[in-house]
Amino acid sequence: MKTALGEAAADRWLRPSPRLAVLRVAEAGVVTVLLVLAAGLPLLLTGFRLAAGLAALGLLVAGGVVALVLRRRVASWAFHERDEDLLIRRGLLVQRLSLVPYGRMQFVDVSSGPLERSLGLATLRLHTAAAASDARIPGLPRAEAERLRDQLSALGGAQAAGL
Amino acid sequence: MSAPAVAVRDVTAWQRLHPLSPVVRTGRAFVPVVVVLLSTLTTAQRREDIWWHLGPVALIAVAGVVSWLVTRWRVEGNDLRVESGLLRRESQRIPLSRVQAIDIVRPGIARALGLAEVRVRTAGAGDSGRLAYLRVDEAERVRARLLALAHGVAADAPTPPEWLLYGQRGDRLSVSVLLSRPVGVLAAFGVAVLVTRFLAPAAVGPLASTSLAYVVGVATLVWRRFNGGWRLQVGEAADGLRLRFGALETTAETIPRGRVQAVVRSEPVAWRPMGWVRLQLDVAGHARGREERQSDTRELRTVVPAGATAEAELLLDRILPSRPGALRPAPRRARWKSPLRYHWLGYDWNDAAVVVTSGRITRRTTWVPLARVQSLRLMQGPVQRRLRLASLHVDAAGKRVTAVVRDRDVEEAEQLLAALAQACRRAREPLRRDVTT
Repeated sequence: MKTALGEAAADRWLRPSPRLAVLRVAEAGVVTVLLVLAAGLPLLLTGFRLAAGLAALGLLVAGGVVALVLRRRVASWAFHERDEDLLIRRGLLVQRLSLVPYGRMQFVDVSSGPLERSLGLATLRLHTAAAASDARIPGLPRAEAERLRDQLSALGGAQAAGL
Repeated sequence: MSAPAVAVRDVTAWQRLHPLSPVVRTGRAFVPVVVVLLSTLTTAQRREDIWWHLGPVALIAVAGVVSWLVTRWRVEGNDLRVESGLLRRESQRIPLSRVQAIDIVRPGIARALGLAEVRVRTAGAGDSGRLAYLRVDEAERVRARLLALAHGVAADAPTPPEWLLYGQRGDRLSVSVLLSRPVGVLAAFGVAVLVTRFLAPAAVGPLASTSLAYVVGVATLVWRRFNGGWRLQVGEAADGLRLRFGALETTAETIPRGRVQAVVRSEPVAWRPMGWVRLQLDVAGHARGREERQSDTRELRTVVPAGATAEAELLLDRILPSRPGALRPAPRRARWKSPLRYHWLGYDWNDAAVVVTSGRITRRTTWVPLARVQSLRLMQGPVQRRLRLASLHVDAAGKRVTAVVRDRDVEEAEQLLAALAQACRRAREPLRRDVTT
């Protein structure tokens, strides 16, 4: 899904920071450890050592697979600022390519949760009048997110069209 | 307005709403309260108990009167200003140039008292202004004034004439509602109850009581459909389409020209023998304030509740004069992905609009004017990837309509995305705010 619009300017596709992958993998790791403790400890304490070991192993493997998928999913995010619209590509299983014209943006916001903040990342969201638009870019370095926000707002203001 | 009998009040001076407004506003809330109250009054043993029950009622009444006292409105330049709230003063400023539509709504109680609400809707979600309530004739006048201001015409310009495009026949509406899905659900439920009565009489009580809320919900839906289509008249005036409808709660509204975000035509299978269709409009700014959500959850504006295909075509011609119509079918391999939808899948586009057909049993045709397209999304799921298919979503404003060009060849979908992006840009050109000045 990148022939008509993407491949022509492959070099101009930008990606979220690699730190986003670190963040996602860390999240998966924490959840896995918690699950291993929740499943393993009771079994261990009641004497089912083999069962505890198997459960822990299974969960660890599952966690590893999830971490791999998350890394690839993060890697699938990309965006491309064109003259009149922004393209956002994402998704592994269901692949999406969103096109949001600057003239249609209602507002742009930058948010960043506690975990994202600790890594200096932020999520950029574009809002159009359509609820389905769903255009966001996670894992942008804070400064980059702010630059993009200001630039998009400026472009949006210049090209804004009435509803 | 030549020599009006009543002195026309100046809309630029602060004004109050009609003194009976709190009665209507809290009237709906009062009905269940009164019912509860009556039942407790008849069973109450001691005097003090009654006060406990009357207290809340008195509080609501006082709150209603206070809210009326502190609410005032006026037109300031090109804005409508509404001030309300005692402790937390709220000042709402609605730019009239961004008005999408101005409705006159009359709930049952308001009709009995000769009052009406003027509802001003703008593009943003939820920021609609309400003047609830005014006298009916005053509401009409205020509406005409505001509309005139919104269109930059002199405030005392006469109301533009209008001509009728569509009038709903009552018998058709009744039959069409009877043949609609909610009624089918109700009938199926009735049959289920009858069957259980034969098989397991003991289970009827629990079955009926557990599903009561659901049945009431479906019945409300049926009623709303009926009320929304009753005596519906669609007229065309210089300022847009005029809609009038309602059996108990009557509404009159205007949809300004060019504010239609999408048009949806559905052809339910049960209506096919009669050849009837339903035509609905998606109008921006339809989302209402939080407190109104229960009272009015109509999804789209129905302009033809149940009409002949030709009648719907006539209306379509007025709303979308040059619309695409030569549908291109989806590739045959799309059958594997959408076996039930396949026979209706199709799309076409031109410089003015894009049209999409889909639906499993009911065929739904959606038109989105290119100038109104908000964003485009190309999507491909795992099954589609196998079959080299992709879907293109064309998003219209709001959350009710997304036209999906479903299951096309990947190459075709990508080219369509690029071409539509171009065409939308051109179509948007006249709407651009002039930045050079």
